[in-house]
Amino acid sequence: MNDLYTPRELMVVAAAREIRDREVVFVGMRLPLLGFALAKATHAPEAIGLFENGVIRDRPAEAFIYTMGDPPNIVGAVACLGLLDVMSLLQQGRVGLGFLGGAEIDRLGNLNTTSAVGETGPVRLPGSGGAGDIASLAGRTVLIMEHEPRRFRRKVSYITSPGNYGGRRRGGPATLITTLGVFDLRHGGFTATSLHPGVSPEEVRRSTGFPVDIPAEVATTIPPSPDELAYIRRADPDGFWTRAAVKAG
Amino acid sequence: MPGAQSSSAKPNSKRRSLTDAIAENVFDGDAVALGLALESGIPFAAVHEIIRQKRKDLTLVGPISDMAFDQMLGAGVAARVVAAWVGNVAGGSGYAFRRAVENGVPRPIEVEDHSNFTIGLALKAAAMGLPFLPTFTGIGGDIVKAHQGIRPIEDPFGGPPLLAVAAFQPDVTIVHVQRADEDGNAHLWGNLGLTVEAVYGARRTIITCEEIVSREVIRSDPNRTAIPGFLVSAVVEEPGGALPASVQGYWRRDFMPFLDYHRTSRTPAGLRDWLQEWVYDVPDRATYLQKLGEEALLRLRVRDQRLAAPANFAP
Repeated sequence: MNDLYTPRELMVVAAAREIRDREVVFVGMRLPLLGFALAKATHAPEAIGLFENGVIRDRPAEAFIYTMGDPPNIVGAVACLGLLDVMSLLQQGRVGLGFLGGAEIDRLGNLNTTSAVGETGPVRLPGSGGAGDIASLAGRTVLIMEHEPRRFRRKVSYITSPGNYGGRRRGGPATLITTLGVFDLRHGGFTATSLHPGVSPEEVRRSTGFPVDIPAEVATTIPPSPDELAYIRRADPDGFWTRAAVKAG
Repeated sequence: MPGAQSSSAKPNSKRRSLTDAIAENVFDGDAVALGLALESGIPFAAVHEIIRQKRKDLTLVGPISDMAFDQMLGAGVAARVVAAWVGNVAGGSGYAFRRAVENGVPRPIEVEDHSNFTIGLALKAAAMGLPFLPTFTGIGGDIVKAHQGIRPIEDPFGGPPLLAVAAFQPDVTIVHVQRADEDGNAHLWGNLGLTVEAVYGARRTIITCEEIVSREVIRSDPNRTAIPGFLVSAVVEEPGGALPASVQGYWRRDFMPFLDYHRTSRTPAGLRDWLQEWVYDVPDRATYLQKLGEEALLRLRVRDQRLAAPANFAP
């Protein structure tokens, strides 16, 4: 794409922009860890982060973390509770936004992290973790995925994290951030909100296993600002999250 | 800890060596809950001792299990998994889990999929002495379909439909905590995950801890006692017993072993070699720490202090 920032850095910035100030966010793992920290440092200083291991934070971790359970994510937390405490807040409806990843997605925004079809037969994936709960109960979800044809399926073989379905009482997938663009999923289909710099509509269509609506005048994703990039590189100095491939699940 | 053999313990003490704690409390066919704080405090020393004692047909119960369940499945000690996520948080897939599910190697296993919330509710229901707990989570997804422990129910008060999550009672729950007294009263801090529910819901509990402290230390801060000792069957002083997982205030996460295991366990032969080197050829945790080496221990041991402000309990 270019040598100024990596695709992952752009995705972190896009994830951060989805967080509203004062919002309660179910943060999850990997890129959203950085997205939450970036949002706190920029436009959403009063956002609250929940982690499914029971941690509640109102400021980012002081040092780089690999997982939500790493000691720097505990020190300086507002509270360290149990899993059911934060899941209860989610079920109550107090969580505005949750982040999700998946190995496979379909046109309804259903995510599969349980069982995929591989070249030599079924492939067992790790499973839900808290993803199915966030998908069921958050006020809205933002999905983050690699944009590859094998991951974008007309219908996933297993719904680990439910997308849009009839009779849904709350929430559902709002935004999908991929390696190619940002998509609006709120209306039951895929509409491109913006394509990342240098990405063509053809490339998106080729990489998506079902129809995707790309308006003729579709915007270009705003690249990370120098400040945003500087912040990400301070938070992830070795590029562990931002240079490596996006992980499924 | 070498000096903590049961033979030297007082007759009624719960203090045990890890070998004895596992021998006396974990039996073939048991449902064993562990990895309950999620990525931290995983009782890896106990996991490896269970493998060395060659338990059979266990049911492994937990939310996410990082690589502990994968190692147990690779060693063939389990017949069933009741969990929300089985893999390697640093690497992704758990290859031994995959081989067990996809090819029945080293033995076929049954998997009961959960989400973190539903496995938590199953343990909480057991902890509360209830047959089930209701929830809205999972509706619209496949985990809850044709699930032996989750069924649709009506709200008797006329609200929208719910799911009932059946209680799940572990035979034994194993947790690694910062400190406990000889009676098993345990102080833990940091993220709790499902630790408390799994202990309250289990028939037996094994505590491994960084330090055995006096009863007075525990009683100085009763709000930090998440596990009352009368629920505990055995308490084992096992410093570093959660490594490579972190223990707040004691050990940082040792990141490389997770990636090394992920890489090595990709093939059955690699997994066999890994188990030989890190489990079968390592008789106890003290030897494991020696094998890690002084340099690694210096890097991993927490020496800084970020002490909580004292709380005044004066009457």
